[in-house]
Parts: sequence; C-alpha cells; structure tokens
Amino acid sequence: MSARYATRRRSNAIAMALSLAATLFGLGWLVLILGVLLWHGLGGLSLAVFTQMTPPPGASGGLLNPIIGSLILTGLAVAIGTPIGILAGTYMAEYGRYDRLTSVVRFINDILLSAPSIVIGLFIYEVMVAPMGHFSGLAGGVALAAIVIPVVVRTTEDMLTLVPNALREAATSIGMPRSLTIMRICYRAARAGMVTGVLLAVARISGETAPLLFTSLNNQFGSTNLNAPMASLPVVIFQFALSPYKDWQSLAWTGALIITMAVLALSITARSLIRSGRQP
Amino acid sequence: MEPARRRSVVELALREGAVVSVHTGTHAKVLDRLRLGDAAFRQLTRAAAIAVLLLLSGVIVALIEGSLPAFRAFGFAFLTTDRWNPVTEKFGALAPIYGTLVTSFIAMLIAVPVGLMIAFFLTELCPQWLRRPIGIAIELLAGIPSIIYGIWGLFVFAPFLQETLQPLLIETLGNVPGIAPLFSGPPYGIGMLTAGLILAIMVLPFVTSISRDVFEAVPPVLKEAAYGVGCTTWEVARYVVLPYARVGVIGGVMLGLGRALGETMAVTFVIGNAHRISASLLAPATTISASIANEFTEAVGDLYTSSLIALGLILFVITFIVLAVARYMLLRIERRIG
Repeated sequence: MSARYATRRRSNAIAMALSLAATLFGLGWLVLILGVLLWHGLGGLSLAVFTQMTPPPGASGGLLNPIIGSLILTGLAVAIGTPIGILAGTYMAEYGRYDRLTSVVRFINDILLSAPSIVIGLFIYEVMVAPMGHFSGLAGGVALAAIVIPVVVRTTEDMLTLVPNALREAATSIGMPRSLTIMRICYRAARAGMVTGVLLAVARISGETAPLLFTSLNNQFGSTNLNAPMASLPVVIFQFALSPYKDWQSLAWTGALIITMAVLALSITARSLIRSGRQP
Repeated sequence: MEPARRRSVVELALREGAVVSVHTGTHAKVLDRLRLGDAAFRQLTRAAAIAVLLLLSGVIVALIEGSLPAFRAFGFAFLTTDRWNPVTEKFGALAPIYGTLVTSFIAMLIAVPVGLMIAFFLTELCPQWLRRPIGIAIELLAGIPSIIYGIWGLFVFAPFLQETLQPLLIETLGNVPGIAPLFSGPPYGIGMLTAGLILAIMVLPFVTSISRDVFEAVPPVLKEAAYGVGCTTWEVARYVVLPYARVGVIGGVMLGLGRALGETMAVTFVIGNAHRISASLLAPATTISASIANEFTEAVGDLYTSSLIALGLILFVITFIVLAVARYMLLRIERRIG
C-alpha cells in the first residue's frame, strides 16, 4: 500500500514539475522573441526612421512611407469595418437575440473570425483588384476591413448582451423609441467593451501581411493616393527581410520592433479597458 | 449622457403629446417620424447582419469562380498530383496540401500537451496573484503579428536549429529503423520541422487560454469530492477535470488547428517554398498559404493564377470544416455550463 502511495506521489510530483516546465517554456518564447526584436531593432531606431522614405539598396533611409501607408490602410479599414460590425452586432444582441438569422450570423462570424487571412486577400483580389486592373490602397483597406468586421461584431454582441435589461425597460417606460434606447442607453453602457473590440481589431490588422500582398502591394514612393499601390509596414518588412541587403534587413528589424510594440501596447490597453469597464 | 440632448429627444415626444388637443397633426407627425426612424434603424442593423453573411458567401463564390479554370483543366487530378510546373502550366496541389497537413500536425503534436500542461499549472498550481500576469503573457504570444514570427524564425530560429537540434536529430532518430527517413538529409535549417515548431509556438496561446477557461468552469464540487477521497492534484486534473472539460478542450484544439492550417507569413519565411513531397521533415517544402503568398503576384497566365486561387479554395474548405467542428464542440460545452 505504501509503495503504491509513493508511486502516486511521485507521478504527482512529475506532473507538477512538467506543468511548471511547460509554463516556463511558453513564457521563454515570449521573452526570447521580444529580446531578439529589441536586440536587432533597437539599434536601428532613430529619428530618421520616422522622417525618411524607404531607401534604395545600399543607401540609408527610413520607414516614413510604409508607416503613413499603414496608418491610412488601418484608418480606412476601421472606418469601413466598425460601423458595419457595430450595426450587425446590434441586430444580433438587440433585435434578433433569439432568432434564426442571429444564430446563423453568429456561426458564420465565428468562422470569419478565424478564417485564414490570405483567403480574404484572394477574395478582395478577385472582386476589386482584378476588375479594376491594378493594385490599390483602397483594396488593401477593404481587405483589412473584412478582418475588422468579425472582431467588432463579436465584441459588440457580447458587450450589448451584458447590458442589464432593466436599463432598456426603464428607457422604454418613459416612452423612448427602441432605436434611441439602443443608441443612447445601451451603447453608452457598453462603450468600454465596444472600444476594446475596435482596439483589438486594430491590433489584429496592424500586423496583417497576407491580405495586403495582392491588394495594396507596395509603393517605393510616399504615395497617399488610394487608387494606387500603397506601402505598408508589414509588406515592407516582408520584402526587406527576404532581400540580400544588410541595410534593408536592419530596417526590417526596426519595422518589426515598431509594429510589435504598437500591437502589444494596443492589446494591453484593450485589456485594461475591459477590466476598468467591468468595475461599475 | 448630456442632459440637454436627452431632453431634446424624449421630452420632444412627450411635449408634443401634451398639446395634442391643439395640434393633432404635429403629434402624429412626431410619432410618425420616430416610428420611421425606429424602423429604419432596425432595418439598417438587419442589413449589416446580412452583410456579414454576404461577406462569407462572397468569399466562397469568388474563390470557386476563380478556381474554375484550374479545375476544368486538371479535373480531380489537381488534388492528387504533386507536379507544379509554371513553365509547362501543369499544376497539382498535392505537395502544398501535404506540407500544410504535416506542419500543422507537428504544431499540434507539441502545442496540445504543452498547452494543456500550462492550463493545468494556471488553474491548479499557480499562486492566485501570478495567474493573471502569466495568463496575459501567454496570450500576448497570440498578439505578436505572424510576420514577426517569420522574421525571427528566418534569422534566429532556423540557424539555431540548423546548428543544434537538427544535427542531433539526424544522428539519433535518423538511425532508428522505421522513422529514419523522417530525419534524413542535410540540416537546412529551414523546412517542415522548423515551420511546424514555429506554428506550435503560435498556436500554443489558443490551446492554453481555451483549456484554462474550460478547466476553470469545472464545478468545484467535483474536484472537492475527488480530493475528499484522497486523490492527488494530478489525479484530480487527469481523471476529473480533463474528462469533464474534454469537449471544450477539443474545441480549443480545433480552433488552434484552424489557425495553424491557415497561417501564412511565419511559414512563408521558413518553409523553403519547394514544391515536392519529401519523406524527411528537415527538407524544404511548401504549404498552401506559403505558395499563394510567394507566387501569386508573380504568377503569369490565367491558369497559374487560377491554380493558386484553387489552392486558396482548398485551404478555405479545410479550415471551414475544422473551424465548424471547433465551434460546434465549444457550443456544446457552453450549453452544458449554462
């Protein structure tokens, strides 16, 4: 009996040690990746990165045009995706919480949420780039918007569902029409969560490369024309990292550092918003 | 809510109502306008919800339409041949499909046990004050853009593997009968194994956070009962928590698998983009998404483009099935938890 007990205790100790090791293993990658990024990227970080255009091979330069391009594409995607996402989420939580359309949309939205982003890129290529005959920043923005929509739909629906019904009943009892109840009462009650959803969506798309490869492509010049190809940080990193030139590779590392820091800052902000939103 | 605007809307209706005997027409007009706005808003949200449906059906229709020329030219053989020759315009999808499945399999082989162990640590062993920070740190791994994994994999991880792990594998497992072909050939650094390992790191947070959530949802009474009859912590986790949370864990694993199958940039950097099927895991290969990312903008000719879109369609169908199963599983456990 005591031998059996010893075996059980041993396997328990082994399992605990393994779980601790697994956790350290997981955390180790985070530290390793961030450390490497800082090591390679920090050296190249200077004012010139934010004020100069991407250089030809062998010259020095910065990342001004891809940074501006990324900001424009992200802004465009949020401007297109957020209203559609919020409205769709509103329907699902407010009007049709229990109807068939909602459950179908919820299922489809969950699929879209984790669908491979490169497939979204192919889709936008087929419906926008091919008919227009050329790559464009607009197509890139729409491709990113297609990634924003499911994220915003999901958080909007979740957050509106959390709004207590008493608020809606109180508004209705003083004669407020349904649409005003939603816009004036429910949106305000769920504001922190909905903003979080948009922030998460921005974090998600600011690192997206695959859907931009064949929609907005790249542009060596500081073009802000939405009807022309447009540079973006991820695509420039992709191109520069795979190039044989040392200058380009080091710019790629710097760009990678900038994106990662931006994305991590966004997701940490989003998290703290959720947290503060929960406390009344 | 600023008081002035609230008054303007709600009291407007009430005030107009109060003077109904004098201005019957105004009363009706205001209510009509409100009713109209109400209906319009409702239809607007409904249209947005339907737009989400159209988005997915649009993706499917566009992919099918774009891939028709390839399927018309090669028929079913497109799925079963591994030739990929842009010069003679002969294309087959087997090599990318094989690469996608193998890299995802390697990823899940590592991520599932490690992710479950981390979830076990977070729910059963970790001191309360450390749970949140560690959980967030693991989830941040999912927040790092995939291109970062790619550049890190190419410049840091692949050379590291080439010098350390891969020669070791070739010397040891490469001599074991039966699995020797899997670890044969020179250590390139890049290849299926490297891609699989990076995918494992990327998928890890998905498996971990969903497993943790379903572990936490296990009723404490069950665990207390098990502890009460003298189970060790591990036995409680293994024989009470895991079976109870099984469906949810499978859902989380499938969700991670969906991610691994469709992951593009990280894989593109380290897979080597070679359209062939090698027995060795150390050999360069390609995946569906890496082929599309590498070749699409340079594809000349309709058949080449169409073949790449057909690859995209195949990827979409595979991930759709995997994700649908994942959602179904997670829905089941949500219902049970209530």
